[in-house]
Amino acid sequence: MNWLDIGALSDIPQRGARLVKTMHGCVAVFRTGDDEVFAIDDRCPHKGGPLSEGIVHGHAVTCPLHNMVISLESGLAQGADQGAVATYPARVEDGRILLDAKRLIRGAAA
Amino acid sequence: MKQKLVIIGAGMASGRVIEHLLAGDPDGWDITLFNAEPRGNYNRIMLSPVLSGEKTYQDIVIHDDAFYTGHNITCRFGEPVVRIDRKNKVVYSNAGGAPYDKLLIATGSAPFIIPVAGKDLPGVVTYRDLDDTNAMMAAAEKPGGRAVVIGGGLLGLEAAAGLKARGMEVTVIHLMGHLMERQLDPAAGYLLQKDLEARGIAVHCKGATKAILGKDHVEAVLLEDGTVYPADMVCMAVGIRPETRLATDAALDVARGVNVTDQMVTSDPDILAVGECVEHDSQLFGLVAPLYDQARVVAATLLGQDAAFAPVQTATKLKVTGVDLFSAGDFADGAGREDIVYRDPARGVYKRLVIEKDRLVGAVMYGDTADGPWFFGLIKDGADIAPMRDTLIFGPAYQGGAQADPLAAVAALPPDAEICGCNGICKGAITAAIDAGASTLADIRATTKASASCGTCTGLVEQVLASTLGDAFQMPAAQPICGCTDLTHEDVRRLIKARGLKSMPAVMQELGWKTPCGCHVCRPALNFYLLADWPQDYTDDPQSRFVNERNHANIQKDGTYSVVPRMWGGMTNPRELRAIADAAEKYAIPAVKVTGGQRIDLLGVQKEHLPHIWADLNAAGLVSGHAYSKGLRTVKTCVGTDFCRFGTQDSTGLGIKLEKRLWGSWTPHKVKLAVSGCPRNCAESTCKDVGIICVDSGFEIGVGGAAGMDLKETERLAKVETEAEAIDLTVAFVQLYREHAKYLDRPYKWLAKVGLDWVQAQIVDNPANRAALIKRFDLSQSIYQRDPWADRATPQAQADFAPLADLTKEAAE
Repeated sequence: MNWLDIGALSDIPQRGARLVKTMHGCVAVFRTGDDEVFAIDDRCPHKGGPLSEGIVHGHAVTCPLHNMVISLESGLAQGADQGAVATYPARVEDGRILLDAKRLIRGAAA
Repeated sequence: MKQKLVIIGAGMASGRVIEHLLAGDPDGWDITLFNAEPRGNYNRIMLSPVLSGEKTYQDIVIHDDAFYTGHNITCRFGEPVVRIDRKNKVVYSNAGGAPYDKLLIATGSAPFIIPVAGKDLPGVVTYRDLDDTNAMMAAAEKPGGRAVVIGGGLLGLEAAAGLKARGMEVTVIHLMGHLMERQLDPAAGYLLQKDLEARGIAVHCKGATKAILGKDHVEAVLLEDGTVYPADMVCMAVGIRPETRLATDAALDVARGVNVTDQMVTSDPDILAVGECVEHDSQLFGLVAPLYDQARVVAATLLGQDAAFAPVQTATKLKVTGVDLFSAGDFADGAGREDIVYRDPARGVYKRLVIEKDRLVGAVMYGDTADGPWFFGLIKDGADIAPMRDTLIFGPAYQGGAQADPLAAVAALPPDAEICGCNGICKGAITAAIDAGASTLADIRATTKASASCGTCTGLVEQVLASTLGDAFQMPAAQPICGCTDLTHEDVRRLIKARGLKSMPAVMQELGWKTPCGCHVCRPALNFYLLADWPQDYTDDPQSRFVNERNHANIQKDGTYSVVPRMWGGMTNPRELRAIADAAEKYAIPAVKVTGGQRIDLLGVQKEHLPHIWADLNAAGLVSGHAYSKGLRTVKTCVGTDFCRFGTQDSTGLGIKLEKRLWGSWTPHKVKLAVSGCPRNCAESTCKDVGIICVDSGFEIGVGGAAGMDLKETERLAKVETEAEAIDLTVAFVQLYREHAKYLDRPYKWLAKVGLDWVQAQIVDNPANRAALIKRFDLSQSIYQRDPWADRATPQAQADFAPLADLTKEAAE
């Protein structure tokens, strides 16, 4: 892995998200209420809604367009819904958010 | 021949090493024990009871003089070691050297001092050893003394409770959002804060210390937010760091602590280390259990036996008399983890278990910690809890059986407890009606009028029926807000007011939420209820708002936004139109549309451009039109007497006055108004939430219209003679709706539930109540009537709305 420092944990509000632009589209970086970080594609599998703008609860986010609930851990749609988004390795070290640069540059397809 | 062992530091970890060594080989070692403190090994964990006066120093001594003499240990207490000479294997204090074959570093930790002005003033103490404790006890002797404790962790809170027990006035300042955030989740932190406050300890969370004030002695603590707490004594308990100076000077491997192997050996094979000064596998240690494990390994290594240190889970209990708190393991949410949450609001009990792959990995308990050791055992053993999962949270004694009775609280109410506030009906009147034959909600409404007005007590009346009639009453299935609770919106609104719940953790704890932080359904509703009921106490939580209200713009299907400036009463002018046209060109707005609410919509704006376009529009005097909010949208008007030959009143002027009064207020759902200048109704007032039609003799006020999913004509609330009365009734109506309606009910839906008669009785027929409603509305507006665009036209907001990072320019490998 090639960990890339993309910003401070405090740049993202608790139960919120910020975007990282990549060659393959936007990746949403979430900070949960317990200060864990998760990175997933910012496109809801339903109609492409920006997941980064959803309400974060537990380790899940609700898409702002049509309320599909996506697990931040697995990227899978929850409940009766079907669908998945790509997830990316993310971690926090000394208050900095680190993403795996190779995965980001390679994109979700790889 | 005996080997020489020199130990630096006579704390609990090194004391345990000595005990193991003596047990394993009583005659093998010639031990010299240095200690900077002028005393031997005592139980540091019990300093809190010493501070509070429940114990004395003598009670907590572990090794007394007789122990040291009896085992021929050379004690050099009160002699800080200044240097380790590794080459010649000698340790030096200022009083002289001591040669060693093996050296054990057990220097423990030092308190962390926040680097603020005034940190060195007399009266500023830390809380690590007996001398600190004695200093605090001396300070507490002055009657009426005031203490500020900086740090709301384990140590800080124990210090606060001890100082309070000694009669001081105590304030705890904590940097984080809730107390003991490393051991507790927000719900348990809330309960702890409530308990401490009930004992008279003031707690200030999210408080960053800016400076300690005072001339010759500490006088006060100043926070970043400007708050000043007067203080005769300040206790800094913000954390500890390993004391590694000697090891660093001796060029041993030191990271955050002194690096040791699994055998507790440092980078020098003849030097071992133990305790809080140690770093093992990137981990530091502060609780006593792992330190005792380390001590066992140190002794085994010295005795030439095989042993390896492997850290195990530790549990925490707060030693404040009367506060029951327990935390163990890892209770953060995590991949594949599930929560079991139990709350008993009446007893102030909160329990949360974290389960991963059928194993218990963490537990947080507050109020009732009797089962803590049992849960801790399950965590340590990694036991499979699948067979008992359903009843796990009830503890080891629980073997199936009925769940706690949700009706118990209602059954326990005394007969004179008021159930229906609108009609003043108490529980006794309802049970009397039941005794007289009433058996349904409709019977109760007909005979007592309870629940026959606003209806928010319906759930309570049903519970009285159920608890009185038992199985003879069929409880209707009430629709809970969401899966996080069994309570309805009406129940929650009532309980928030009745029990004075003023924060989201308070609501979730006191009302027994089943999830740690709610969901996308309940959080926006709770956020609205709290800000509507407690405008001065509650702080709006943007993360509990739907995207449009968080970003102050309407999200479109492609993730872009629409921007709608307010046009008061639908009026505009060339300057505003020019500013809108300039913005549309500057930001390459794909579509510009005139809305049904008489204003202009700029569609297709990128999120990162929002704060910039707002700043440009603000400069021309335009403010947010709140076209995205559950709040006042527009007041549509016709031109009225100014130009129209049929106009009877200044409808435009009234519309502008209403919009200026109501804008910025948050409501259960969106609110749209209209004012028409004559019964021809060009502003379409008759399908608005509040629609006013001007006539020669005054103003007809209609409410509860709809022209969306449902089509509905307004109902006549009242007819008034003056413009001022029309404004008063409108404001009072909006406030009544804010205080009573269910989140996401438009006024017409709420009216169908409570009835127009009730609303008229509240605001038309009752001038005192009307005035009180208006007063509460204006109070709320004094806080919430702010232009969100102006608030966000700042460099900080501009950064927050932009992506955190842009990797599109990184070269692909």
